[in-house]
Amino acid sequence: MSYGDFVIQKDLNFTVRRGDIFIIMGGSGCGKSTLLKVMIGLKSPSAGDVCYGGEEFWAAALARQEEMKRKFGTLFQGGALWSGMTLAENVALPLKQYTRLGDLEIRELCAYKLALVGLAGFEDFYPSEISGGMKKRAGLARAMAMDPDILFFDESSAGLDPISAKLLDDLILELRDSLGTTVVIVTHELASIFSIGNNSVFLDPITKTQLATGDPKDLGDQSPNFVVRNFLMRGTATPVE
Amino acid sequence: MGRFATGGAKYLKSDVWQQIEEAGAKALPVVSLISFLIGMIFAFVGVMQLRAFGAGIYTANLVAVATIRDMAPIMTAIIMAGRTGAAYAAEIGTMKVNEEIDALTTLGIDPMDFLVTPRMLALILMIPLLTMYASLMGIIGGAVVGLSMIDASFVQYVNQTIASVTLGSLFSGLLMSIVFGALVALAGCQQGMACGTSAMAVGQATTRAVVMGIVLIVVSAAILTIIFINLGI
Repeated sequence: MSYGDFVIQKDLNFTVRRGDIFIIMGGSGCGKSTLLKVMIGLKSPSAGDVCYGGEEFWAAALARQEEMKRKFGTLFQGGALWSGMTLAENVALPLKQYTRLGDLEIRELCAYKLALVGLAGFEDFYPSEISGGMKKRAGLARAMAMDPDILFFDESSAGLDPISAKLLDDLILELRDSLGTTVVIVTHELASIFSIGNNSVFLDPITKTQLATGDPKDLGDQSPNFVVRNFLMRGTATPVE
Repeated sequence: MGRFATGGAKYLKSDVWQQIEEAGAKALPVVSLISFLIGMIFAFVGVMQLRAFGAGIYTANLVAVATIRDMAPIMTAIIMAGRTGAAYAAEIGTMKVNEEIDALTTLGIDPMDFLVTPRMLALILMIPLLTMYASLMGIIGGAVVGLSMIDASFVQYVNQTIASVTLGSLFSGLLMSIVFGALVALAGCQQGMACGTSAMAVGQATTRAVVMGIVLIVVSAAILTIIFINLGI
Protein backbone atom coordinates (compact mmCIF):
# COMPACT_ATOMS: atom_id res chain seq x y z
CA MET A 1 0.00 0.00 0.00
CA SER A 2 1.35 3.42 -0.83
CA TYR A 3 0.45 7.06 -1.36
CA GLY A 4 2.30 7.87 -4.57
CA ASP A 5 5.91 6.78 -4.07
CA PHE A 6 5.57 6.72 -0.28
CA VAL A 7 5.17 3.11 0.83
CA ILE A 8 2.87 2.65 3.84
CA GLN A 9 2.99 -1.15 4.24
CA LYS A 10 4.30 -3.98 2.08
CA ASP A 11 4.21 -7.79 1.95
CA LEU A 12 1.04 -8.09 4.02
CA ASN A 13 -0.41 -11.58 4.08
CA PHE A 14 -3.02 -12.70 6.61
CA THR A 15 -6.32 -14.57 6.73
CA VAL A 16 -9.53 -13.55 8.47
CA ARG A 17 -11.70 -16.59 9.25
CA ARG A 18 -15.49 -16.49 9.14
CA GLY A 19 -16.79 -15.44 12.57
CA ASP A 20 -13.48 -13.93 13.65
CA ILE A 21 -13.18 -10.70 15.56
CA PHE A 22 -10.05 -9.64 13.76
CA ILE A 23 -7.93 -6.79 15.08
CA ILE A 24 -5.69 -4.64 12.88
CA MET A 25 -3.27 -3.13 15.38
CA GLY A 26 -0.01 -1.23 15.50
CA GLY A 27 1.44 2.09 16.54
CA SER A 28 0.20 5.45 15.30
CA GLY A 29 0.88 6.08 11.62
CA CYS A 30 1.58 2.46 10.75
CA GLY A 31 -1.17 2.31 8.11
CA LYS A 32 -4.01 0.56 9.97
CA SER A 33 -6.72 2.81 8.55
CA THR A 34 -5.14 2.67 5.08
CA LEU A 35 -5.28 -1.13 5.24
CA LEU A 36 -8.94 -0.90 6.22
CA LYS A 37 -9.58 1.41 3.25
CA VAL A 38 -7.98 -1.16 0.96
CA MET A 39 -10.16 -3.91 2.46
CA ILE A 40 -13.44 -1.99 2.07
CA GLY A 41 -12.80 -0.77 -1.45
CA LEU A 42 -11.92 2.86 -0.80
CA LYS A 43 -8.28 2.67 -1.85
CA SER A 44 -6.69 0.31 -4.31
CA PRO A 45 -3.47 -1.45 -3.26
CA SER A 46 -0.32 -0.64 -5.20
CA ALA A 47 0.32 -4.40 -5.45
CA GLY A 48 -1.59 -7.53 -4.50
CA ASP A 49 -5.29 -7.96 -3.79
CA VAL A 50 -7.86 -8.65 -1.08
CA CYS A 51 -9.71 -11.95 -1.43
CA TYR A 52 -13.24 -12.52 -0.12
CA GLY A 53 -14.13 -16.21 -0.12
CA GLY A 54 -11.36 -16.77 -2.64
CA GLU A 55 -12.58 -14.03 -4.98
CA GLU A 56 -10.22 -11.16 -5.66
CA PHE A 57 -11.88 -7.84 -4.93
CA TRP A 58 -9.67 -5.38 -6.81
CA ALA A 59 -9.30 -7.64 -9.86
CA ALA A 60 -13.10 -7.90 -10.16
CA ALA A 61 -15.16 -5.75 -12.53
CA LEU A 62 -16.58 -2.54 -11.06
CA ALA A 63 -20.14 -3.91 -10.99
CA ARG A 64 -18.97 -7.01 -9.13
CA GLN A 65 -17.05 -4.83 -6.66
CA GLU A 66 -20.28 -2.91 -5.97
CA GLU A 67 -22.08 -6.23 -5.33
CA MET A 68 -19.35 -7.38 -2.97
CA LYS A 69 -19.46 -4.08 -1.08
CA ARG A 70 -23.10 -4.73 -0.21
CA LYS A 71 -21.91 -7.60 1.99
CA PHE A 72 -19.81 -5.13 4.01
CA GLY A 73 -20.90 -2.82 6.76
CA THR A 74 -18.52 -0.08 7.88
CA LEU A 75 -18.44 2.01 11.03
CA PHE A 76 -16.16 5.00 10.54
CA GLN A 77 -14.17 6.68 13.27
CA GLY A 78 -16.60 9.58 13.80
CA GLY A 79 -19.68 7.63 12.75
CA ALA A 80 -19.76 9.41 9.34
CA LEU A 81 -23.51 9.75 9.56
CA TRP A 82 -25.03 11.80 6.76
CA SER A 83 -25.62 15.04 8.58
CA GLY A 84 -28.57 16.15 6.47
CA MET A 85 -30.58 13.04 7.37
CA THR A 86 -32.20 11.81 10.56
CA LEU A 87 -30.89 8.63 12.17
CA ALA A 88 -33.77 6.65 10.67
CA GLU A 89 -33.06 8.09 7.22
CA ASN A 90 -29.38 7.19 7.61
CA VAL A 91 -30.26 3.57 8.32
CA ALA A 92 -32.96 3.58 5.63
CA LEU A 93 -30.77 4.76 2.75
CA PRO A 94 -29.09 1.42 1.92
CA LEU A 95 -32.45 -0.34 2.33
CA LYS A 96 -34.09 2.09 -0.10
CA GLN A 97 -31.26 1.68 -2.58
CA TYR A 98 -30.97 -2.08 -2.57
CA THR A 99 -34.23 -3.65 -1.39
CA ARG A 100 -37.83 -3.60 -2.57
CA LEU A 101 -39.19 -3.06 0.94
CA GLY A 102 -42.08 -0.62 1.37
CA ASP A 103 -41.80 2.63 3.35
CA LEU A 104 -43.55 1.17 6.39
CA GLU A 105 -41.36 -1.94 6.47
CA ILE A 106 -38.23 0.18 6.10
CA ARG A 107 -39.39 2.45 8.92
CA GLU A 108 -39.98 -0.57 11.18
CA LEU A 109 -36.64 -2.12 10.25
CA CYS A 110 -34.83 1.16 10.99
CA ALA A 111 -36.51 1.40 14.40
CA TYR A 112 -35.45 -2.22 15.09
CA LYS A 113 -31.83 -1.65 14.05
CA LEU A 114 -31.62 1.52 16.13
CA ALA A 115 -33.19 -0.29 19.09
CA LEU A 116 -30.52 -3.00 18.74
CA VAL A 117 -27.85 -0.39 19.46
CA GLY A 118 -29.84 1.22 22.28
CA LEU A 119 -31.20 4.14 20.26
CA ALA A 120 -34.93 3.37 20.37
CA GLY A 121 -36.88 6.61 20.21
CA PHE A 122 -34.08 8.53 18.48
CA GLU A 123 -35.28 7.79 14.93
CA ASP A 124 -36.09 11.42 14.11
CA PHE A 125 -33.00 12.97 15.67
CA TYR A 126 -30.31 14.50 13.47
CA PRO A 127 -26.65 13.52 14.02
CA SER A 128 -25.91 17.01 15.34
CA GLU A 129 -28.45 16.46 18.12
CA ILE A 130 -26.82 13.38 19.67
CA SER A 131 -23.56 12.64 21.52
CA GLY A 132 -20.37 11.14 20.05
CA GLY A 133 -21.07 7.70 21.53
CA MET A 134 -24.61 7.75 20.18
CA LYS A 135 -23.28 8.72 16.75
CA LYS A 136 -21.04 5.64 16.79
CA ARG A 137 -23.95 3.43 17.77
CA ALA A 138 -26.13 4.99 15.07
CA GLY A 139 -23.29 4.41 12.61
CA LEU A 140 -23.28 0.79 13.70
CA ALA A 141 -27.04 0.53 13.15
CA ARG A 142 -26.51 1.87 9.62
CA ALA A 143 -23.61 -0.53 9.05
CA MET A 144 -25.89 -3.41 10.08
CA ALA A 145 -28.83 -2.26 7.96
CA MET A 146 -28.21 -4.74 5.16
CA ASP A 147 -27.26 -7.60 7.54
CA PRO A 148 -23.67 -7.65 6.24
CA ASP A 149 -21.43 -10.70 6.31
CA ILE A 150 -18.48 -8.59 7.44
CA LEU A 151 -18.47 -5.55 9.68
CA PHE A 152 -15.50 -3.18 9.58
CA PHE A 153 -14.79 -0.78 12.42
CA ASP A 154 -12.30 2.08 12.24
CA GLU A 155 -11.14 2.98 15.77
CA SER A 156 -14.51 1.92 17.17
CA SER A 157 -13.82 2.94 20.76
CA ALA A 158 -11.72 6.05 20.11
CA GLY A 159 -13.13 9.08 21.89
CA LEU A 160 -15.56 7.05 23.98
CA ASP A 161 -15.61 6.95 27.77
CA PRO A 162 -14.63 3.55 29.26
CA ILE A 163 -18.22 2.50 29.91
CA SER A 164 -19.41 3.41 26.41
CA ALA A 165 -16.36 1.66 24.95
CA LYS A 166 -17.18 -1.48 26.99
CA LEU A 167 -20.82 -1.35 25.86
CA LEU A 168 -19.71 -1.11 22.23
CA ASP A 169 -17.33 -4.06 22.70
CA ASP A 170 -20.19 -6.09 24.23
CA LEU A 171 -22.38 -5.17 21.30
CA ILE A 172 -19.72 -6.34 18.82
CA LEU A 173 -19.41 -9.67 20.65
CA GLU A 174 -23.19 -10.06 20.70
CA LEU A 175 -23.37 -9.38 16.95
CA ARG A 176 -20.73 -11.96 16.22
CA ASP A 177 -22.31 -14.57 18.51
CA SER A 178 -25.94 -14.04 17.48
CA LEU A 179 -25.58 -13.33 13.75
CA GLY A 180 -22.23 -14.97 13.00
CA THR A 181 -20.96 -11.72 11.54
CA THR A 182 -17.23 -11.51 10.87
CA VAL A 183 -15.79 -8.37 12.44
CA VAL A 184 -12.62 -6.52 11.45
CA ILE A 185 -11.53 -3.75 13.82
CA VAL A 186 -8.79 -1.16 13.50
CA THR A 187 -7.74 -0.17 16.99
CA HIS A 188 -4.88 0.35 19.38
CA GLU A 189 -7.06 0.26 22.49
CA LEU A 190 -5.56 -2.64 24.46
CA ALA A 191 -8.68 -3.20 26.56
CA SER A 192 -10.75 -3.80 23.41
CA ILE A 193 -8.01 -5.83 21.74
CA PHE A 194 -7.81 -8.31 24.63
CA SER A 195 -11.49 -8.43 25.52
CA ILE A 196 -12.97 -9.12 22.08
CA GLY A 197 -10.22 -9.94 19.57
CA ASN A 198 -9.52 -13.59 18.70
CA ASN A 199 -7.28 -12.99 15.68
CA SER A 200 -5.08 -10.11 14.63
CA VAL A 201 -2.32 -8.65 12.53
CA PHE A 202 0.32 -6.31 13.94
CA LEU A 203 1.64 -3.63 11.57
CA ASP A 204 4.99 -1.98 12.18
CA PRO A 205 5.62 1.62 11.04
CA ILE A 206 9.41 1.17 11.04
CA THR A 207 9.85 -1.97 8.93
CA LYS A 208 6.58 -1.15 7.10
CA THR A 209 5.33 -4.70 7.21
CA GLN A 210 3.43 -7.07 9.49
CA LEU A 211 5.36 -8.35 12.48
CA ALA A 212 2.87 -10.89 13.81
CA THR A 213 -0.52 -12.51 13.26
CA GLY A 214 -2.67 -14.55 15.62
CA ASP A 215 -4.72 -14.28 18.80
CA PRO A 216 -3.68 -11.01 20.51
CA LYS A 217 -3.84 -12.70 23.94
CA ASP A 218 -1.23 -15.22 22.79
CA LEU A 219 0.89 -12.57 21.09
CA GLY A 220 1.03 -10.53 24.29
CA ASP A 221 2.51 -13.47 26.19
CA GLN A 222 4.36 -15.44 23.60
CA SER A 223 5.29 -13.37 20.57
CA PRO A 224 9.00 -13.78 19.83
CA ASN A 225 8.95 -10.21 18.55
CA PHE A 226 9.84 -7.67 21.22
CA VAL A 227 8.05 -4.78 19.45
CA VAL A 228 4.78 -6.74 19.43
CA ARG A 229 5.04 -7.81 23.07
CA ASN A 230 6.06 -4.32 24.13
CA PHE A 231 3.03 -2.83 22.35
CA LEU A 232 0.63 -5.32 23.91
CA MET A 233 2.19 -4.88 27.38
CA ARG A 234 2.02 -1.06 27.28
CA GLY A 235 5.80 -0.68 26.99
CA THR A 236 6.67 -2.88 29.95
CA ALA A 237 8.06 -5.92 28.09
CA THR A 238 11.67 -6.86 28.62
CA PRO A 239 13.87 -7.79 25.66
CA VAL A 240 14.86 -11.46 25.48
CA GLU A 241 18.63 -11.90 25.89
CA MET B 1 -25.74 13.66 -16.30
CA GLY B 2 -25.23 10.92 -18.86
CA ARG B 3 -26.18 8.32 -16.24
CA PHE B 4 -29.18 10.48 -15.28
CA ALA B 5 -30.30 10.63 -18.91
CA THR B 6 -30.11 6.84 -19.23
CA GLY B 7 -31.89 6.34 -15.88
CA GLY B 8 -28.81 4.73 -14.29
CA ALA B 9 -28.12 7.42 -11.69
CA LYS B 10 -29.00 6.53 -8.09
CA TYR B 11 -30.24 9.51 -6.08
CA LEU B 12 -33.16 10.42 -3.86
CA LYS B 13 -36.05 12.26 -5.55
CA SER B 14 -36.69 13.99 -2.23
CA ASP B 15 -33.17 15.43 -2.45
CA VAL B 16 -34.03 17.11 -5.74
CA TRP B 17 -37.05 18.84 -4.16
CA GLN B 18 -35.01 19.89 -1.17
CA GLN B 19 -32.33 21.35 -3.43
CA ILE B 20 -34.96 23.09 -5.56
CA GLU B 21 -36.37 24.74 -2.44
CA GLU B 22 -32.89 25.81 -1.30
CA ALA B 23 -31.82 27.10 -4.71
CA GLY B 24 -35.17 28.56 -5.72
CA ALA B 25 -37.59 29.98 -3.20
CA LYS B 26 -34.93 30.93 -0.67
CA ALA B 27 -32.93 32.85 -3.30
CA LEU B 28 -35.88 35.09 -4.23
CA PRO B 29 -35.17 37.97 -1.80
CA VAL B 30 -31.57 38.53 -2.88
CA VAL B 31 -32.41 38.06 -6.58
CA SER B 32 -35.28 40.55 -6.23
CA LEU B 33 -33.13 43.19 -4.58
CA ILE B 34 -30.14 42.93 -6.92
CA SER B 35 -32.25 42.76 -10.10
CA PHE B 36 -34.45 45.67 -9.08
CA LEU B 37 -31.41 47.84 -8.32
CA ILE B 38 -29.58 46.83 -11.52
CA GLY B 39 -32.71 47.77 -13.49
CA MET B 40 -32.77 51.15 -11.75
CA ILE B 41 -29.07 51.78 -12.47
CA PHE B 42 -29.52 50.87 -16.14
CA ALA B 43 -32.51 53.16 -16.46
CA PHE B 44 -30.70 56.01 -14.75
CA VAL B 45 -27.68 55.75 -17.08
CA GLY B 46 -30.02 55.33 -20.07
CA VAL B 47 -32.14 58.35 -19.20
CA MET B 48 -29.09 60.58 -18.67
CA GLN B 49 -27.69 59.71 -22.11
CA LEU B 50 -30.85 59.33 -24.20
CA ARG B 51 -32.65 62.38 -22.83
CA ALA B 52 -29.94 64.56 -24.39
CA PHE B 53 -31.11 63.33 -27.81
CA GLY B 54 -34.79 63.64 -26.96
CA ALA B 55 -35.03 59.85 -26.93
CA GLY B 56 -35.73 59.30 -23.24
CA ILE B 57 -38.53 56.84 -24.00
CA TYR B 58 -35.94 54.46 -25.46
CA THR B 59 -34.76 53.91 -21.92
CA ALA B 60 -37.51 51.29 -21.84
CA ASN B 61 -35.85 49.48 -24.78
CA LEU B 62 -32.40 49.68 -23.22
CA VAL B 63 -33.55 48.30 -19.89
CA ALA B 64 -35.72 45.54 -21.34
CA VAL B 65 -33.27 44.24 -23.96
CA ALA B 66 -30.17 44.47 -21.77
CA THR B 67 -31.95 42.88 -18.80
CA ILE B 68 -33.59 40.01 -20.66
CA ARG B 69 -30.70 39.16 -22.99
CA ASP B 70 -27.71 39.46 -20.66
CA MET B 71 -27.99 41.20 -17.32
CA ALA B 72 -30.67 39.03 -15.71
CA PRO B 73 -29.04 35.70 -16.72
CA ILE B 74 -25.55 36.86 -15.78
CA MET B 75 -26.48 38.58 -12.51
CA THR B 76 -28.74 35.72 -11.40
CA ALA B 77 -26.01 33.19 -12.17
CA ILE B 78 -23.38 35.24 -10.30
CA ILE B 79 -25.70 35.54 -7.30
CA MET B 80 -26.27 31.78 -7.42
CA ALA B 81 -22.53 31.10 -7.75
CA GLY B 82 -21.92 33.12 -4.57
CA ARG B 83 -24.89 31.70 -2.77
CA THR B 84 -25.66 28.17 -3.93
CA GLY B 85 -22.41 27.19 -5.69
CA ALA B 86 -20.45 28.12 -2.57
CA ALA B 87 -22.94 26.21 -0.41
CA TYR B 88 -22.54 23.11 -2.58
CA ALA B 89 -18.74 23.22 -2.28
CA ALA B 90 -18.87 23.76 1.49
CA GLU B 91 -21.51 21.08 2.04
CA ILE B 92 -19.85 18.41 -0.08
CA GLY B 93 -16.39 19.40 1.23
CA THR B 94 -17.56 19.03 4.83
CA MET B 95 -19.09 15.66 3.98
CA LYS B 96 -15.68 14.62 2.66
CA VAL B 97 -13.94 15.77 5.86
CA ASN B 98 -16.48 13.83 7.95
CA GLU B 99 -16.03 10.65 5.84
CA GLU B 100 -19.67 10.88 4.73
CA ILE B 101 -18.57 10.49 1.09
CA ASP B 102 -16.56 7.38 2.04
CA ALA B 103 -19.65 6.03 3.79
CA LEU B 104 -21.62 6.38 0.54
CA THR B 105 -18.85 4.72 -1.49
CA THR B 106 -18.59 1.73 0.84
CA LEU B 107 -22.32 1.16 0.41
CA GLY B 108 -21.79 0.98 -3.34
CA ILE B 109 -23.53 4.34 -3.87
CA ASP B 110 -21.77 6.58 -6.39
CA PRO B 111 -21.31 10.00 -4.70
CA MET B 112 -21.41 11.67 -8.12
CA ASP B 113 -24.89 10.27 -8.75
CA PHE B 114 -26.15 10.74 -5.23
CA LEU B 115 -24.84 14.22 -4.46
CA VAL B 116 -24.17 15.91 -7.79
CA THR B 117 -27.26 14.87 -9.80
CA PRO B 118 -29.90 16.44 -7.49
CA ARG B 119 -27.89 19.68 -7.23
CA MET B 120 -27.27 19.86 -10.95
CA LEU B 121 -30.96 19.24 -11.70
CA ALA B 122 -32.06 21.81 -9.13
CA LEU B 123 -29.90 24.58 -10.59
CA ILE B 124 -30.64 23.72 -14.23
CA LEU B 125 -34.34 24.01 -13.37
CA MET B 126 -34.23 26.94 -10.99
CA ILE B 127 -31.77 29.39 -12.56
CA PRO B 128 -33.92 29.84 -15.70
CA LEU B 129 -36.98 30.47 -13.52
CA LEU B 130 -35.08 32.88 -11.31
CA THR B 131 -33.72 34.57 -14.43
CA MET B 132 -37.25 35.18 -15.75
CA TYR B 133 -38.21 36.57 -12.39
CA ALA B 134 -35.03 38.72 -12.29
CA SER B 135 -35.85 40.08 -15.75
CA LEU B 136 -39.26 41.16 -14.51
CA MET B 137 -37.78 42.76 -11.40
CA GLY B 138 -35.14 44.56 -13.47
CA ILE B 139 -37.75 45.94 -15.85
CA ILE B 140 -39.87 47.11 -12.90
CA GLY B 141 -36.81 48.77 -11.32
CA GLY B 142 -36.04 50.45 -14.65
CA ALA B 143 -39.64 51.60 -14.99
CA VAL B 144 -39.59 53.22 -11.54
CA VAL B 145 -36.61 55.38 -12.52
CA GLY B 146 -37.65 55.85 -16.17
CA LEU B 147 -41.16 57.02 -15.37
CA SER B 148 -39.93 59.44 -12.74
CA MET B 149 -37.33 61.01 -15.04
CA ILE B 150 -38.81 61.06 -18.55
CA ASP B 151 -41.97 62.58 -19.88
CA ALA B 152 -43.90 59.38 -20.64
CA SER B 153 -47.02 57.74 -19.29
CA PHE B 154 -47.06 54.30 -17.70
CA VAL B 155 -48.89 52.84 -20.73
CA GLN B 156 -46.37 54.38 -23.15
CA TYR B 157 -43.47 52.96 -21.17
CA VAL B 158 -45.02 49.49 -21.00
CA ASN B 159 -45.85 49.49 -24.72
CA GLN B 160 -42.29 50.56 -25.53
CA THR B 161 -40.94 47.76 -23.35
CA ILE B 162 -43.18 45.12 -24.95
CA ALA B 163 -42.30 46.29 -28.43
CA SER B 164 -38.58 46.00 -27.75
CA VAL B 165 -38.65 42.42 -26.49
CA THR B 166 -38.30 39.82 -29.24
CA LEU B 167 -38.68 36.08 -29.04
CA GLY B 168 -34.97 35.84 -29.85
CA SER B 169 -34.06 37.92 -26.78
CA LEU B 170 -36.19 35.71 -24.54
CA PHE B 171 -34.74 32.55 -26.05
CA SER B 172 -31.10 33.68 -25.77
CA GLY B 173 -31.57 34.77 -22.13
CA LEU B 174 -33.23 31.49 -21.24
CA LEU B 175 -30.65 29.34 -22.99
CA MET B 176 -27.84 31.25 -21.31
CA SER B 177 -29.41 30.72 -17.90
CA ILE B 178 -29.68 26.95 -18.45
CA VAL B 179 -25.99 26.80 -19.36
CA PHE B 180 -25.10 28.97 -16.35
CA GLY B 181 -27.14 26.71 -14.04
CA ALA B 182 -25.17 23.66 -15.14
CA LEU B 183 -21.84 25.51 -14.82
CA VAL B 184 -22.55 26.90 -11.33
CA ALA B 185 -23.61 23.45 -10.08
CA LEU B 186 -20.60 21.84 -11.74
CA ALA B 187 -18.14 24.33 -10.20
CA GLY B 188 -19.63 23.96 -6.71
CA CYS B 189 -19.86 20.17 -6.77
CA GLN B 190 -16.49 19.65 -8.47
CA GLN B 191 -14.68 21.80 -5.93
CA GLY B 192 -16.51 20.08 -3.07
CA MET B 193 -15.58 16.62 -4.35
CA ALA B 194 -11.95 17.70 -4.89
CA CYS B 195 -11.75 19.22 -1.40
CA GLY B 196 -9.04 18.10 1.03
CA THR B 197 -9.75 16.73 4.47
CA SER B 198 -9.28 19.77 6.70
CA ALA B 199 -11.38 22.77 7.71
CA MET B 200 -9.02 25.05 5.77
CA ALA B 201 -9.49 22.93 2.66
CA VAL B 202 -13.26 23.43 2.89
CA GLY B 203 -12.77 27.21 2.95
CA GLN B 204 -10.42 27.04 -0.02
CA ALA B 205 -12.81 24.80 -1.96
CA THR B 206 -15.65 27.26 -1.31
CA THR B 207 -13.58 30.22 -2.55
CA ARG B 208 -12.47 28.28 -5.62
CA ALA B 209 -16.06 27.27 -6.38
CA VAL B 210 -17.21 30.91 -6.43
CA VAL B 211 -14.26 32.14 -8.50
CA MET B 212 -14.52 29.22 -10.92
CA GLY B 213 -18.29 29.70 -11.19
CA ILE B 214 -18.00 33.41 -12.00
CA VAL B 215 -15.20 32.89 -14.53
CA LEU B 216 -17.18 30.13 -16.25
CA ILE B 217 -20.29 32.32 -16.34
CA VAL B 218 -18.52 35.30 -17.91
CA VAL B 219 -16.53 33.23 -20.42
CA SER B 220 -19.56 31.22 -21.50
CA ALA B 221 -21.66 34.43 -21.71
CA ALA B 222 -19.10 35.91 -24.10
CA ILE B 223 -19.04 32.75 -26.22
CA LEU B 224 -22.84 32.44 -26.29
CA THR B 225 -23.28 36.12 -27.15
CA ILE B 226 -20.97 35.73 -30.16
CA ILE B 227 -22.83 32.57 -31.22
CA PHE B 228 -26.24 34.27 -30.90
CA ILE B 229 -25.06 37.31 -32.87
CA ASN B 230 -23.71 35.07 -35.64
CA LEU B 231 -27.00 33.17 -35.69
CA GLY B 232 -28.90 36.44 -35.88
CA ILE B 233 -30.75 35.81 -32.62
